[in-house]
Amino acid sequence: MSYLEYSVKTTPTGLRKVLHLNWPLAILLVSVASVGFLMLYSVAGGSFKPWAEPQMKRFILGFTVMMFVAMVPIWFWRNMSVLAYLISVLLLVAVELVGSEGKGAQRWIDLGFMRLQPSELMKITLVMLLAAYYDWLPTKRTSRPLWVFLPVLFILIPVALVLRQPDLGTSILLIIAGGLIMFLAGVHWAYFAAVVAAGVGLITTVFQSRGTPWQMLKDYQFKRIDTFLDPSSDPLNHGYHITQSKIALGSGGWTGKGFMQGTQSRLNFLPEKHTDFIFVTLAEEFGFIGAFSLLCLYALIIVFCISAAISNRDRFSSLLILGVAATFFLFFAVNMSMVMGMAPVVGVPLPLVSYGGSAMLVLMLGFGLVQSAHIHKPR
Amino acid sequence: MRRAPKDSAESHRLITRRGLILGGAQVGFMGLLALRMRYLQVDQADQFRLLADENRINIRLIPPTRGRIFDRNGAVIAENVPSYRITMVREEAGDVDEVIARLSRLVELDPDELRRAMRDLRELRGDTPVTIAERVSWDEISRIAVNTPALPGVTPEVGLSRRYPNGKDYAHLVGYVGPVSDRDLEKIDAPDQLLLIPRFQIGKIGLEAKREDLLRGKAGSKRVEVNATGQVMRELDRKEGQAGADLQVSIDNNLQSYVSARLEGESAAAVVIDCETGDLLACASSPSYDPNLFVRGISVANYKALLDNKYRPLPNKAVQGIYPPGSTFKMVTALAALENGHASLNDTVYCPGHLKVSGRRFHCWKRAGHGNVDLHRSLRESCDVYYYEMALRTGIENISNMAMRLGLGVAYDLPLTSVAKGLAPTKEWKLANKGTDWVIGDSVNAAIGQGFVLTSPLQLAVMASRLATGRSVTPRLIKSVNGVEQPTGHGEDLGLNENLLREVRKAMYAVSNNRRGTAYGSRIIEDAFRMAGKTGTSQVRNISSGERATGVRKNSALPWEQRDHALFVSFAPFDNPKVAVAVVVEHGGGGSTAAAPVARDIVLQALYGDDPPLDVYPEKDRGIVKKRQEELRRARPHTAGDESDRA
Repeated sequence: MSYLEYSVKTTPTGLRKVLHLNWPLAILLVSVASVGFLMLYSVAGGSFKPWAEPQMKRFILGFTVMMFVAMVPIWFWRNMSVLAYLISVLLLVAVELVGSEGKGAQRWIDLGFMRLQPSELMKITLVMLLAAYYDWLPTKRTSRPLWVFLPVLFILIPVALVLRQPDLGTSILLIIAGGLIMFLAGVHWAYFAAVVAAGVGLITTVFQSRGTPWQMLKDYQFKRIDTFLDPSSDPLNHGYHITQSKIALGSGGWTGKGFMQGTQSRLNFLPEKHTDFIFVTLAEEFGFIGAFSLLCLYALIIVFCISAAISNRDRFSSLLILGVAATFFLFFAVNMSMVMGMAPVVGVPLPLVSYGGSAMLVLMLGFGLVQSAHIHKPR
Repeated sequence: MRRAPKDSAESHRLITRRGLILGGAQVGFMGLLALRMRYLQVDQADQFRLLADENRINIRLIPPTRGRIFDRNGAVIAENVPSYRITMVREEAGDVDEVIARLSRLVELDPDELRRAMRDLRELRGDTPVTIAERVSWDEISRIAVNTPALPGVTPEVGLSRRYPNGKDYAHLVGYVGPVSDRDLEKIDAPDQLLLIPRFQIGKIGLEAKREDLLRGKAGSKRVEVNATGQVMRELDRKEGQAGADLQVSIDNNLQSYVSARLEGESAAAVVIDCETGDLLACASSPSYDPNLFVRGISVANYKALLDNKYRPLPNKAVQGIYPPGSTFKMVTALAALENGHASLNDTVYCPGHLKVSGRRFHCWKRAGHGNVDLHRSLRESCDVYYYEMALRTGIENISNMAMRLGLGVAYDLPLTSVAKGLAPTKEWKLANKGTDWVIGDSVNAAIGQGFVLTSPLQLAVMASRLATGRSVTPRLIKSVNGVEQPTGHGEDLGLNENLLREVRKAMYAVSNNRRGTAYGSRIIEDAFRMAGKTGTSQVRNISSGERATGVRKNSALPWEQRDHALFVSFAPFDNPKVAVAVVVEHGGGGSTAAAPVARDIVLQALYGDDPPLDVYPEKDRGIVKKRQEELRRARPHTAGDESDRA
C-alpha cells in the first residue's frame, strides 16, 4: 500500500493526533511502570536511589520516545522496517566485535549515556520487518516454501548472532516472537508442526552435545536447565535462586508482608531482586492480591493490543501490534514462569518493572509503533 | 493497488482469527500463571512462611557472666575483665594476606595464633568471623579503629575474660578456666548448648572446675534477624540468662598471700584452719604458677617447664600431697592407748634408745635413749620407744580408729581437685591391698607415723584443730554463695576424754615452750599467743642396718630427694585456740628446724592479721625475723594495695 491509499481526510493531523492516541493503553503502561518504581523504591530499602530514580528518568524518556514514534505516520515506519532490521543486525555484529563483557556474555555496546543492547532492539525490529514482509507478500503465497523460508532466514540471522553472545533467553524469545508473527500472517499449520518436531530434535541434540568438544551451550546454561528440572539438587548455588524465589513468593500469602516488609528481599536472600526477580518482591510484599493485580494489568495491555489490532484494517499495523503484544507477553510470561519455578532461569526481565534501560526503551518504542498504527489506522 | 479488496478482507479475517487464537492462548497461559501464583501463595503459604522465617531468624545464645570469687573479706580473687579481640571475616576482607600484613604493622600478632587463624580463614565458611588476636590492649584497639577503612572485614570485639589478680596465690585453690576442649565435651553426656559456643570458658581445675555448676550461670538467648550472608541486622527479642553465682571463699587473702610468700623457694605446703568454723584461712602449695597463663592458653615451653620442675608446681600439695606424718602422728597413738585404757597418764616406759619387737630392733631417734618417759615427756621430746610400746599395747585397729576420729585417713568434701584420702591403715586394708598379713612391726612403724600411714597437710591441720577443740572440726572452703552463708564446719563434740585431751595439749604446749621441747627454738614469747605444736620428721628412705652401723648420714649430706620431710602441726593461742596450722616442707630435713619456724610465722600472721611486732619473738630470732618480714613485704606489695582499695 502506498501513502495515497490512506484516507487523508479522516486521518487526524497535527496535535489532534494526541486525541486519537490509545489512551487506555498509555495509562496501563504508566500504571505498570509505576508498580516498577514502587518496587524499586522498596528493594532499595525505601530509597529512590540507586534504582527507582534512574528508572523514572528512563521511563520518561521512554514515554517521550513512544509519543514521538506515535506521532509519525505508521507508513513511514513500515518503510523504515528493512533499514531498522539491517541496522539491528549490524549492531549485533558490532557487539560481537567491540561489545563489553557482562556476566560472562557480550551483550551491550556502551554509548556513553546508556548501554545499548542490540538484542533488545532486535526484538522490535524483527517484528517490524516480518510485519512489513507479510504486508508486502500477496496472501496466497504466504505458505509457499520459498516464501516461508525467507522470513525464517530473517529470524535465524539475529538468533545466530544472539546465541554467540551467548544469550539463550533472547534467542528463544526471538524465535518464538518471529514464529508467532508467521502464524498470525497465516502460514500453514503444517510448518509449525514440523518446526516443533525439529525443535524437540534440536533440544535433544543440544543435550547430547553436553560434555563434548562441540558443546552448544555454556556450562552455566546447562546448569540452569538442570537446576530448573530439579532445584533441590543444588540448593546452595544455582538452585538457590529458584528455592529462595519460591519461598519469597509463597511466604507472601494472600495479602503480603506489607510494603518494604519483605524479609526475603530486604535481607538479600532473593537474588537479583531489582532486576529479574522483582516480581517476587512484589508478590512477597503485596501477596497474591498484588501479584494477581499486576498480572491483570498485563492482561489488559494484551487485550487492548489485540482489540486495536483487530479493529485495524491495515495488514502491517495489525501484524505489528500483535507482534509487539506477543513480544511483550513473552517477556512477562517467561519472567513469571521463571520466578515461579515453571521455567528455567534464563534472565528475562519483567517488562517495564525490572530495573534496566534497554528493555524499557525498546518496549516503549514498540508501543510507540502500536500507538502510531492506532492513530493512523485507515478509517 | 496490488491487492484486491476481497483479498484484503479475507486476509484481515485470517489475521483476526489467528490473532484471537493467539490472544486466547495468551490469556489462557496467564490463567495458568495465576493458578500457579495461587498454589504458591495461598495453598502453600504457611509452609513457605515457615521457610522464610527459618531463613531470617537465628537463635543465638547469650553467654552468662561467670560468677566472681572473693576472699572472706571481699577482696577479689577471680574476676571478669573486658577483653578485646580482633576478628576478621574473609568475605569482607577481600585480599586476606594484604589485610593481615597491614594489621601486623598496627598490632603485634602472635605467630601461633596467626597460623591457626589463617587455617580457619581458609577452611571455614567465608562469612564466619575468625579470631586473629586475643587480649589486645585498648591502645591497639584504638589504632585499629582509626585505620578501619584500610582494614576491610576486621572488627574489634569486646568480651569478658577471666582474670586472677593474685594469680599465683590461688593457682592450686581456685584453679583456672579455659576454653572447652573436645575432651571436656566427651566427658559430659548432654552438654549444655553453651559449651558449644567456640571459646566458651569453663573451669578446668580447682574451685573453678568443682563449682562450675554455681559459677557458670544459665545462658540467655536472643532471636536475631540475619541477612543472606549471615550478618545480624537487628535483634528481635531476647530472654535474659542468669549470671553465675558469686562465691566467697573462707580464705583470708592477706594470710594466703603471706603463706604463699613464706613458702616460696621450698617444695612445701601449709594449711591454716579456723578452729571455730573449720574455715580454711589459708591453703598454699609451693612452688606455684600463674593461672592467668592457662586462661590465655599456656605455651608448650612454659608448660614443659612446669612439668619438668622437680619441686612439682602443678599439684596442690596441701590437699593432694600425702606424706608419712612422722612424729606428728604421736598424739593419735597416745590418745588411742589412753582412751582405750591401755595406758594411763602416769605410766612410764623406759627408753634405752631402741625397742626389740619380735627379734627386730626399732630405734628411737635418740640413740642414747630417753630413760623413763611418761606421756608428757614422750610428746615433748618425741620419744619413739614410748609409742612403740603404746602400739604394742593397743593394736593398730584402735590407732586407726583414733586417726580417723581426729580427721586423718578420711576424704573431705571440698570443692578442690583430687582431695586426698590419705591412709589410716588397718589389717583388712593391708590384706586387701598388699596381699599379706599385718605384722606387729607394721603397728610399731605406724605408731610413729611411718610405714603405711599417709596424711595430707590439710588432714594434719584438721587433726590439730580437733585436738585443740575436742570437736570434729571440718574444713570449709565456701563461705557464702551469692551472699548466702554456707554451713560452717564447727563440728560436734568428738566424745574424747577431756582430761586426756588436756594432758596431750599441755604436752604439745611444752613442745614449743619448754626448754627441752623439740620446737623450743620456735616459741612465741607473747603470753596471749602461746603456741602448742608437734614436730615431725618423716623418712622417705629406709635406713639399712649397715648404714646404722657406720652412723646414719646427716640430711644435709643426702641428695634433696632423699632428705626427710619436715612437718609441724600446731594450734594457738594455747588457752583459747583460734587457728590450727600444719606445715609440710618436702625433703626439708627436721621438723623442728625446717617446719616449726614457718608455722610460727604463719600462726603469728594469722593471729595478728598482719606482721606481728618483733617482741613476740625470742630475742635472738628478732634480727632474722625482721629481715624476713621486710623481704616478704617487698615480695607481695599487691596485698597492701588491695587493702587500701577495700578501705
